[in-house]
Amino acid sequence: MQAIYLDHAATTPIHPDVLKVVVETMEEHFGNPSSVHSYGRKARQILDKARMTAAKSIGASDKDIIFTSGGTEADNLALIGVAEANKNKGNHIITTKIEHHATLHAAEKLEKEGYHVTYLDVQENGTIDIEQLKASLTDDTILVSVMMVNNETGVIQPIEAIGQLLEQHQAYFHTDAVQAYGLLPINVKELKVDLLTVSSHKINGPKGVGFLYVHPDVKMTAQQYGGEQERKRRPGTENVAGIAGFAKAIEIAAEKQQERMQQYKHYRTLFLEQLEKSAIDFSINGTESERVANIVNISFPGANVEQLLTNFDLSGIAASSGSACTAGSVEPSHVLTAMFSENNPCTTNSIRFSFGLANNEENVVTAAEKVGQIVQRLTK
Amino acid sequence: MKKPEETRVVVGMSGGVDSSVTALLLKEQGYDVVGIFMKNWDDTDETGFCTATEDFEDVVRVCNQLDIPYYAVNFEKQYWDKVFTYFLDEYKAGRTPNPDVMCNKEIKFKAFLEHALSLGADYVATGHYAQIRRNGDRVEMLRGVDDNKDQTYFLNQLSEEVLEKVMFPLGHLPKSEVRKIAKEHDLATATKKDSTGICFIGERNFKEFLSEYLPAQPGKMTTLAGEVKGEHDGLMYYTIGQRQGLGIGGSGGPWFVVGKDLERNVLYVGEEYENDALYSDGLTAVDINWINEAPTEPFHCTAKFRYRQTDDGVTVYPNPDGTAKVVFDNSERAITPGQAVVFYQDEVCLGGGTIDEVIKNDQALDYVG
Repeated sequence: MQAIYLDHAATTPIHPDVLKVVVETMEEHFGNPSSVHSYGRKARQILDKARMTAAKSIGASDKDIIFTSGGTEADNLALIGVAEANKNKGNHIITTKIEHHATLHAAEKLEKEGYHVTYLDVQENGTIDIEQLKASLTDDTILVSVMMVNNETGVIQPIEAIGQLLEQHQAYFHTDAVQAYGLLPINVKELKVDLLTVSSHKINGPKGVGFLYVHPDVKMTAQQYGGEQERKRRPGTENVAGIAGFAKAIEIAAEKQQERMQQYKHYRTLFLEQLEKSAIDFSINGTESERVANIVNISFPGANVEQLLTNFDLSGIAASSGSACTAGSVEPSHVLTAMFSENNPCTTNSIRFSFGLANNEENVVTAAEKVGQIVQRLTK
Repeated sequence: MKKPEETRVVVGMSGGVDSSVTALLLKEQGYDVVGIFMKNWDDTDETGFCTATEDFEDVVRVCNQLDIPYYAVNFEKQYWDKVFTYFLDEYKAGRTPNPDVMCNKEIKFKAFLEHALSLGADYVATGHYAQIRRNGDRVEMLRGVDDNKDQTYFLNQLSEEVLEKVMFPLGHLPKSEVRKIAKEHDLATATKKDSTGICFIGERNFKEFLSEYLPAQPGKMTTLAGEVKGEHDGLMYYTIGQRQGLGIGGSGGPWFVVGKDLERNVLYVGEEYENDALYSDGLTAVDINWINEAPTEPFHCTAKFRYRQTDDGVTVYPNPDGTAKVVFDNSERAITPGQAVVFYQDEVCLGGGTIDEVIKNDQALDYVG
């Protein structure tokens, strides 16, 4: 029995057309894009085309796209690279308590090196308070990093408002758009963001690829040392096949954005309707906020995460929650802790279900039935 | 009984060779095996290193070799409340606790068992060296065949009701055979060193560890007659019969701990291994668990007063309140309050309790605390 996959916010199945492009590129165009011969030029051509596709998808110029090994590297590069290059302007960075660890742990590293970091709270609805951000800005602030969509709750942050607020401030604005990209329309000029992170494997592309958009005025130091690739901002021979596949995934995502949004919303509705039919108690975290359609984070009072997830998996449902500690056990989610405070049961009884290509009406309903049965058994 | 493939067995996996082989044997017997790692203690240091991470990694590697699902469960809170608090309280009371007995009672065969049952488990299995004999409705716990590894001493608080749902697949094997099986199957943990000592202390210095949690009160070290022989670092650091670390120089000796006076904060020492003050002829036990039916009349059996000791003959005088007086056939050395006394009828473990008082000539020895 194939388990029903409800964890598309963790990663997504590769789209068959993307797979085709990856394999073809690997088979036919193995050249090194830096080489001064026909093999190299062909690879470079693929790279250039992919860069155009990526840039176009967010209203940027192709020169502003740096391909990376994924979202983590892009977030690290944005935070650490900008902090290092702008030390002369100040040493204050603002981010939030609900960022991905790729951002949070980079911020912690910077704190150890003497930077001052403010971690904004979130309200119970999961969004930051723009007034708190305003109050936290100082003349020393050089970077503000706020994610566009939270990966655990799907809650959408007020990126445009932040962009506007920062327009007259020296601080650069970075947003981790990993979970938003492909589902929300993104235009870096309209949103007034200076840096933006995207990951390939969250949009049905291959793993190990991502990009960082960097506005041409942003000063940023490279975090790797080597060749001249990516205009020295990210040395290392490019993952040509991965990038080609990523570009294909971007094209499909752009083309299908509306359709997917509608479809995932439909799945979410079906899922919740079926859960309503079971005699169980549940509530949706971040329900008052605008959220992306493919993620729903549900609290099941009286249950606990480890018991739920293990039971789900043994019954053929793949979902997730918060983040696992290195010893495998599930830690209370830092996102839900920021929303509800430390000892709120929601932090240890909530599960994230996320929809995507691996779903259809039938398996979504079947999964909800099973979830209902398991929760009922565990909480009675 | 259900067929093996329809029988779900949840194996408590520690990342050690014993629990790895436990899972392997059950898998080979065709059971629906699920591996679960228990995280009971957080020892993350400043560099972010945590031994549980390494152990869980080993669980993952072995489970992937066996192609069984694996999960982790966090019992840090339960462990702290039920095991560690007891551990500290006993030391505060001047006794020598046995956290492994408590861990088996409260965590592995209670919290973990409940967790496993909530996952649809028919049985839980662990890598303990003990055997289970099922005879109709009756379930008994027998010693492991490897005399040197038998762990029934630590399992004395399990009830028949719990044992009904337990498997000990290693009980009939000698340890050497377990290692051999692990090597034959090239298990990731085949050559991993056995863990030693109390799990949450690990390789660390016991005294340092304890001093992080309990304030040490140094005091006088005297003979029972009151002759001062030196200073002690805090009564909790010493156990009855201990020879090491007393630091008594001069002529005579060797010196041994023979008792403690908690009120006056005095450590009693005496000369020679065979010091008479170390010998007693009985004890009272509390919190006794009888695995099968509780006895109502006095009876003769054998008992262990510490792990890896051969049994000695005793007569048990049970009381209805879960306590008992235990009279030794021959006098015993260094009976230690807080440790477990465990009863056996031949190979069958009858249960056990906690040593409360040590008796000599029908009197409780007040100097053993």
